[in-house]
Amino acid sequence: MNPREQIFDAVRNHLPAEKIDYPQIPVFQKTITELLPAFEERLLDAGATFFLPKDLREAQFLLEQQFGEASVICSATPDIKGNRDIRQVKNPHELADVDVGVIRARFGVAENGMVWLTEEDLVVNALGFLSQHLVILLKPTELVADMYDAYVKVSLEDTAYGCFMMGPSATADIGAVLVHGAQGARSLSVYLV
Amino acid sequence: MAAKRVDPAANAAAFIDQDDIHEPAHDRNLWAARMKRDAAAKAIPEWEDLRTIASLIKEHTLTHLDKYLEQFEANAIKRGAKVYWARDAAEHNQHVWNILNERKISSIIKSKSMLQEECGMTQFLETRGITVTESDLGERIQQLDNQPPSHIVMPAIHKTAADIAQIFSKAIGTDPNNTDPHYLNEAMRQDARKRFLEAGAGMTGANFAIAETGTFVVCTNEGNADIGAAVPRVHIASIGIEKILPKVEDLGVFIRLLSRSALGTLATQYTSHFSGPRKGGELHIIITDNGRSKRLGMDDFWHSLKCIRCGACMNTCPVYRRSGGLSYGATYSGPIGIILDPTFDESKYSELPYHSTLCGSCTEVCPVKIDISDQILRWRKVMAEKKFLPISRRLAFSAAGKIFERPNLFHGAETAASAALKITPHFLLYNRALNPWGRHRELPHFAKQTFREWFIQNKQQNQEDKQQP
Amino acid sequence: MLIKGGLLPALRMRVALFIPCYIDAIYPEAGIATYELLQRFGVEVDYPLHQTCCGQPMANEGDQANSAAAEKLFVENFSGYDYIVGPAGSCVKHVKQHFDAIPQTDEVKTVRANTWELVEFLHDVLRVKAFPWAYFRYKASLHNSCSAIRGLHIAQPSEHMAPYFNKSEHLLRMVEGLELVSLDRPDECCGFGGTFCVTDEAVSARMGLDRVHDYVRNEAEFIISPDMSCLMHQQGIARKAGIDLKFIHIAQVLNGGPF
Repeated sequence: MNPREQIFDAVRNHLPAEKIDYPQIPVFQKTITELLPAFEERLLDAGATFFLPKDLREAQFLLEQQFGEASVICSATPDIKGNRDIRQVKNPHELADVDVGVIRARFGVAENGMVWLTEEDLVVNALGFLSQHLVILLKPTELVADMYDAYVKVSLEDTAYGCFMMGPSATADIGAVLVHGAQGARSLSVYLV
Repeated sequence: MAAKRVDPAANAAAFIDQDDIHEPAHDRNLWAARMKRDAAAKAIPEWEDLRTIASLIKEHTLTHLDKYLEQFEANAIKRGAKVYWARDAAEHNQHVWNILNERKISSIIKSKSMLQEECGMTQFLETRGITVTESDLGERIQQLDNQPPSHIVMPAIHKTAADIAQIFSKAIGTDPNNTDPHYLNEAMRQDARKRFLEAGAGMTGANFAIAETGTFVVCTNEGNADIGAAVPRVHIASIGIEKILPKVEDLGVFIRLLSRSALGTLATQYTSHFSGPRKGGELHIIITDNGRSKRLGMDDFWHSLKCIRCGACMNTCPVYRRSGGLSYGATYSGPIGIILDPTFDESKYSELPYHSTLCGSCTEVCPVKIDISDQILRWRKVMAEKKFLPISRRLAFSAAGKIFERPNLFHGAETAASAALKITPHFLLYNRALNPWGRHRELPHFAKQTFREWFIQNKQQNQEDKQQP
Repeated sequence: MLIKGGLLPALRMRVALFIPCYIDAIYPEAGIATYELLQRFGVEVDYPLHQTCCGQPMANEGDQANSAAAEKLFVENFSGYDYIVGPAGSCVKHVKQHFDAIPQTDEVKTVRANTWELVEFLHDVLRVKAFPWAYFRYKASLHNSCSAIRGLHIAQPSEHMAPYFNKSEHLLRMVEGLELVSLDRPDECCGFGGTFCVTDEAVSARMGLDRVHDYVRNEAEFIISPDMSCLMHQQGIARKAGIDLKFIHIAQVLNGGPF
């Protein structure tokens, strides 16, 4: 027998005699009624910031205001222009010098301020993690209340990679003090547009 | 040869006695995590229902584990991952080595994986010339200090910022007197970045593996696992067979519980879902048993396989908070460690079940309702039955048992406070040479008259009168 | 069985008093208070004279062989009673929830089911509404043992997300003059843990000292508990550290003595 068969054999031989049924997951009462204000509040809790540009032109202007010093801006969404064309990137290492990455998220979660990004949205996954700062575009109507609803929407069958991102990179590994920008993005701004 | 027995009480005493800083800070920081957990749990009206559901989903999966493992494997392969099976640590490490060696990869970055810790993977690879860099900040601190992680989710929580300033000054040349966490973090970020870009492979563990889609989920706060998966071409994930969940919708329950239990946050900053290799990359999944199937067959202990490695039991454990995780001398520390470690080596970890007051707090915080405290007591029975305890200790209890068995002997020895010490604290003072009661405590005063003597003198006549018809 | 008139004249039950060994030898006043308190409510109490120990110290060590004899003797002493009442949460928890070193005959199961911790018995069985004789003019803190909280559920554990209740506190609030102070960590273990207090001396002592400091910070003068075993440890710690705190069993407060 090969190791795989031996493991299956061992598992089958040791299965507890009593079989437990899969439980009913009830539909729990929603505690959040106003999704957008809750989402905004949770974004701040997670160490992110948010802006409400009235259209994409204003969003572009806002980006330039916010990151005037940035030399490399790489946008994965046609809604915002940068100065590095992600479609030309052959190797993730080419993104090592990105100052600001711009990505449009599919939806946000009011419960915790997460945004859902897939490989298709990132184009090159590393954009979400090598960029020093992230700007996430999100339609303010694209919100779900909580994680139950979120997992109905993710459609993991359709993407090799999907990430719920909740604010910037964080750590409290030194003296239990919260610090942003451990390894991933130092800051995360959500443009609700 | 049998491994040397771990003495958690002595190790914990050394942790406490080192100075007036480490133990109080450790206790305070972990208690703060417990308080944040309470607040986060309280904000969810269905919290206790969620624990029950999570527990049942895990129990269902574990009692049908063969079916779900097959399903996960089939779907992961369909999505383009390469799946390997490892019966034990040696096979796991060999798979990793083969993958790296075939591709001439000499440097890897890894995010936290308790399974890889369990397998001693880093050491195995280092002796074969592979440069391994921990990408989680806490793990990196521990790696640079040649120590294993002391906590499942806060690997360096037993260290102060000043300790870390010393370690970083030696390793990466920071100012040894600058203990500002922001400064230290920034210095390590700069140092780690180069290593991330040089690595030929990224290694991760998995928090959950979803049978119906072949997806696995990795949760981090730093985004370090995602860097490992997104930057090098090769991604290797080590997944224990107990990590399986049947459905995607189960994640709604588990993601809500995990970080609230661990740190009192609403979720980790990154909850990443891997279903097959990324564009232009390779994905290798090593499904590992390493004692888990054996544990599944242990009637008294298989529920420990429900564990989702949140660390809530460690944060709440009053003994762990005063001991530091390294005191347990094992991969897993704290209450969950006490019930997992003996499954790897009963003799080596035979003292661990006694490093507990059985206060039960761990059982109450566990998001998947593992009966941790009861399992600790059941492990004591195993240890006592197998005579792992020191003989002096066993004899003390044997003597106590014999006296309690005979009322006359007991009351004879107990009557008149003069002799009381012989009895009541007999099992407390079994090691008279050390007299451990008295180091930090005054002895209790024995009463001049026992309750029984009082009763016989004042009330017995009354009782006997009643008992006569 | 005689029924004596009292506050609850209709009470027809055979009640036995279970006095754990360390209360017998070190804190007889807690036993006396328990006995007198039950009598005040018209409960006629037997005290089986051949009782020794419930077997907990050995069982907690994992030593089933040496706890079996004590458990057997316990059943012999307490069989046939409707209620077996003990002023000690951890001993009662052992009887109710562990106590499996001997075969579980119907007799054993009945004895286990009929065993009650004093606070539970006063609160749930006698449903006491007042202690008119009790007066205690001190600031005090309550220490419910872990066994009583997480084992017997005489109070809502702080970890568990459900409405608050605390039966010991409920009873103490009926005592005139008593001011209860709350703690920073209300139900944190004090580190006694039976044998743990000597086998793990350093951790046990640190936990005890932290607990004692919590009392001091919150200005308690007395510490009241349904479990003297925790208090024996805490008292030892406080004395050694030169901290002036008084430790007392809840039965003494509810009975108005002996002090």
